[in-house]
Amino acid sequence: MPTTTRRSTPVRSLVFFFVILGIVFGVVTAGTLFSDATWRPNLALDLEGGTQIILTPDVEGDEAVPSESVEQAVEIIRQRVNGSGVTEAEVTRQGTSNILVALPGNPDDETRDLVRRSAQLSFRPVLLTGAGFSLEDLPSGDETGSDAGGAIDDEAGDESEPSVGLPDSDATPDESVVAPEETSGDEPSPADNGRPAPRVTLPSAGTGQAAPAGAINASGTAAAGTADAGTTDTGATDPEPAGDTATGGVPTDVAPEPALGTEPTAEPTDASDPAWLTPAVLAEFEALDCLAEDVLAGGREGDPEAAFVTCSQDGTEKYVLGPVELTGESVDDATAGLETNQSGFSTGAWQVQLEFDSDAAQAFSELSTRLFGLSGDRNRFAIVLDGLVVSAPGIQEPIPGGQASITGNFTQESAQTLANQLRFGALPISFTVETEEQISATLGAEQLQLSLLAGVIGLALVVVYSVLQYRALGLVTVASLTAAALLTYGFLLFLSWRQGYRLSLPGVAGLIVAIGITADSFIVFFERIRDEVRDGRSLATAVEVGWERARRTILASDTVSFLAAIVLYLLAVGGVRGFAFTLGLTTLVDLIVVFLFTKPVVTLLSRTKFFASGHRLSGFDPERLGSVVAREAVRGRSRPDVSSRGRARPGSDRTTEGARV
Amino acid sequence: MRPMRFDRWGNQLYTGETSYDFVGRRRTWYAIAAAVILLSIAALAFRGLNLGIEFTGGSEFRVSGAGEGVSELAAIDAVAVVVPESQVEATVVGGDSVRVRTDQLDSEQTDDVRDALADAYEVPVTDVTSSFVGPSWGEDVSQRALQGLIIFLLLVSLVITAYFRTWKMAVAALVALLHDLVVTVGVYAAVGFEVTPASVIGFLTILGYSLYDTVVVFDKVRENTKDVLENPNQTYAGAANLAVNQTLVRSINTSVVALLPVGSILFIGSFLAGAGTLQDLSLALFVGIAAGTYSSVFIATPLLVHLRGSEEVIKTHARKVQERRERSPVAAGGAASPARAEPDGGELTSSARSNSDSPTQGEIPGADGHRAGQRLQPKRTPRRRR
Repeated sequence: MPTTTRRSTPVRSLVFFFVILGIVFGVVTAGTLFSDATWRPNLALDLEGGTQIILTPDVEGDEAVPSESVEQAVEIIRQRVNGSGVTEAEVTRQGTSNILVALPGNPDDETRDLVRRSAQLSFRPVLLTGAGFSLEDLPSGDETGSDAGGAIDDEAGDESEPSVGLPDSDATPDESVVAPEETSGDEPSPADNGRPAPRVTLPSAGTGQAAPAGAINASGTAAAGTADAGTTDTGATDPEPAGDTATGGVPTDVAPEPALGTEPTAEPTDASDPAWLTPAVLAEFEALDCLAEDVLAGGREGDPEAAFVTCSQDGTEKYVLGPVELTGESVDDATAGLETNQSGFSTGAWQVQLEFDSDAAQAFSELSTRLFGLSGDRNRFAIVLDGLVVSAPGIQEPIPGGQASITGNFTQESAQTLANQLRFGALPISFTVETEEQISATLGAEQLQLSLLAGVIGLALVVVYSVLQYRALGLVTVASLTAAALLTYGFLLFLSWRQGYRLSLPGVAGLIVAIGITADSFIVFFERIRDEVRDGRSLATAVEVGWERARRTILASDTVSFLAAIVLYLLAVGGVRGFAFTLGLTTLVDLIVVFLFTKPVVTLLSRTKFFASGHRLSGFDPERLGSVVAREAVRGRSRPDVSSRGRARPGSDRTTEGARV
Repeated sequence: MRPMRFDRWGNQLYTGETSYDFVGRRRTWYAIAAAVILLSIAALAFRGLNLGIEFTGGSEFRVSGAGEGVSELAAIDAVAVVVPESQVEATVVGGDSVRVRTDQLDSEQTDDVRDALADAYEVPVTDVTSSFVGPSWGEDVSQRALQGLIIFLLLVSLVITAYFRTWKMAVAALVALLHDLVVTVGVYAAVGFEVTPASVIGFLTILGYSLYDTVVVFDKVRENTKDVLENPNQTYAGAANLAVNQTLVRSINTSVVALLPVGSILFIGSFLAGAGTLQDLSLALFVGIAAGTYSSVFIATPLLVHLRGSEEVIKTHARKVQERRERSPVAAGGAASPARAEPDGGELTSSARSNSDSPTQGEIPGADGHRAGQRLQPKRTPRRRR
């Protein structure tokens, strides 16, 4: 029992503790000065007021919802809510498959609907495209890529479109590199568009047909091209040439009637048939401003059997799309990977491999063959997620077999995003509102006040009890609890600032409950010290030996506590999470405080005369604690060296009993 | 002078001067626990749980700041106008708030009811809180809770088994835990407290707390029984019983300290805030912590001894100790006293103040030689360490 080698370095530990405390508060202070940290943790809706909606995916039977598709749903809902202009909304995932949407205030029905609607993934052929917003709104080009000269050219074949080719370049050499001559240019674009969603498009379908291959290269502009395309776009969106626009570039000669009929005059023969472009559709297309409020909230699925007018997800482009040809359910798999050239070497460019199931393979083969035969916008098909176009690649070749690869200027991240959208958007999840809770701000404030009051009362009671039980040592409990409270508060401020943590009512309850559990660590420690003092050890030794044992116990029991918090947190639904979080956090804080604060303080105190001499108010009065040594001293068989390491066996002195009782 | 007495009591417990026979009278404790559990199950079976709106589905409104002395009748009338077909249940909570529950309403009806309630109590409509709960929500929460429970129990069993190096401790701890849960649920059923997701959180927390408490006691048991097989004077049961006695003061202090804040939330939650998360959570905790303290003392350790008592080594050792005591009671240090000698031996007195000597104090020749400087009783070496 090497108690003496355990001569700890209390001062160093204490310094270390205050350094931690200092760092936490220093960072938060810096945060308040230079960033948006505050001295009050953010409050959850139950304390601040607002509406909280918990959604659960509808699944048939016991089928598990893949984690990624829930993530995907969270993204979609976030896009919708943010797109609809609600500020400070929070969309987070809870537990395995629940989604928590927290909206400030009392949202209207539209917003609520927005949250609930299911999202679908579908594939539609592109009929017409245009810039997503009018010229005046255009931001300056934010991306380079106008390497092709940035010419604003009606004939721009736009290599910036991701293109679809066969995934295996060996199987069809050249094809994925050199696009078929009718459609795009000779150079299928390794290098222009920074994003999977095409940013630059042919503004005018009317010229598509005539576009010579060479011209297609002319404006290989990327994002910057949106601005450019915008200019050309106006032509396409001009109201008058509706018929023209519609028929333009169409090999067939069906022309919609000029009136704003909603029904196509001629029955469209296929989904790419420009006959879909009725005047009504065109009018809608023109009127559509992608930057307008609510548009980017998505959520409109459109009639799968009819043309559909919508925007790209980022709002830079708008489209008229043909009827749905394939739905997300027919996507078997989609993965992001590096593109390889015909000799199998990686080109270093990212692409998305898309695989349809066997039923859809045929349909996709037909679709790609048809689109391949078309040019301009109509060569493209749109991947529509939740009513917004996430990508609209051009078809570079007919694709039999249901395996396609989408190339373009992807980054790893954008390729991954698109792959996920294809894969998990594929599962048509819709959600049920599990709970919807509205908390008025008044009630929230009241709850907070009351729980703080409960905390103060609880703390006061604990303090009184420990002082009664442990006398001066009880003050160490008070100091330690204060230290723990400070540290916890600091962590909460930090997490609230950096991680968006919000303190909820169950969270506050967790903090209050933690008072007891934290204080228990001190009790375990103190009781162990007392045991040692009872055995006749000097206080200094008793502290060290007692600590050795208390430490084990504290570690073991805190492990169990922490484990409980983690399991609760991971499986959390509703308020459980906030509770589990604070419980786990305070368990960690408890460990830090016990090790770096309470123990060193007790060690230091044990060296003071007041404690070492066993003053009756110190809580370590050997006599009161029935130390063997003290008892002998009382009987005059004094062992002067109370502090010696000589150790009496408790309860061994049978003969003393009479004297004591 | 209570602390003084408490201190002395602690000393006596520590030395074994005062000893409660937790281990030996285990049949009594088992019987009590079994009775309580049966009562709990009976309460559950005949009274059932009072499930909250979260489990049954429905809409809930809460009017806050309606002023002192409000009546719930106005709420019932107001709701009846908007949705006459719905069942309405209104209660005044926390003095100036009214809680109204109805069948599940759609959002239009919800808004109408809010307006009607705001009118009826003359408060701004923002002070009327509404919530809507689908019928499967509570089920989802409980299912998740159950899932969490199972995962947690598995993990904790592993941790306890690894830490204490015996699965029997894990079993004993889990049985104690089960006891706490059943008793807590039983109390809920018997008293008719409402079960809400917040109560479920409370139940889950009891898991952590109950095990925490048991682990502390077991840690002492582990320490006391570490070398017990080499000790001819003390049985495993005796050492374990001493451990429980020695940690009794801690157990009590801990429970009090844990119950104080929980009690204060319960108080505030019940009397000031009215029914709600605070009350639900703290009530479950309060009952659970009380049960947890009882079970870690009266169930976990006796059960552990019971489980280990059937081990051949421990049986043989216990027999040897017994024989030795019978042979030379003096050498065994007054082991003749039945009080602490052999908790395994059946009914024993619960206290042995008259006997100052503690046969539960082990003797390991040479183990602690450097400390064995007792002039009075050189034959007794200090309590073993480690």
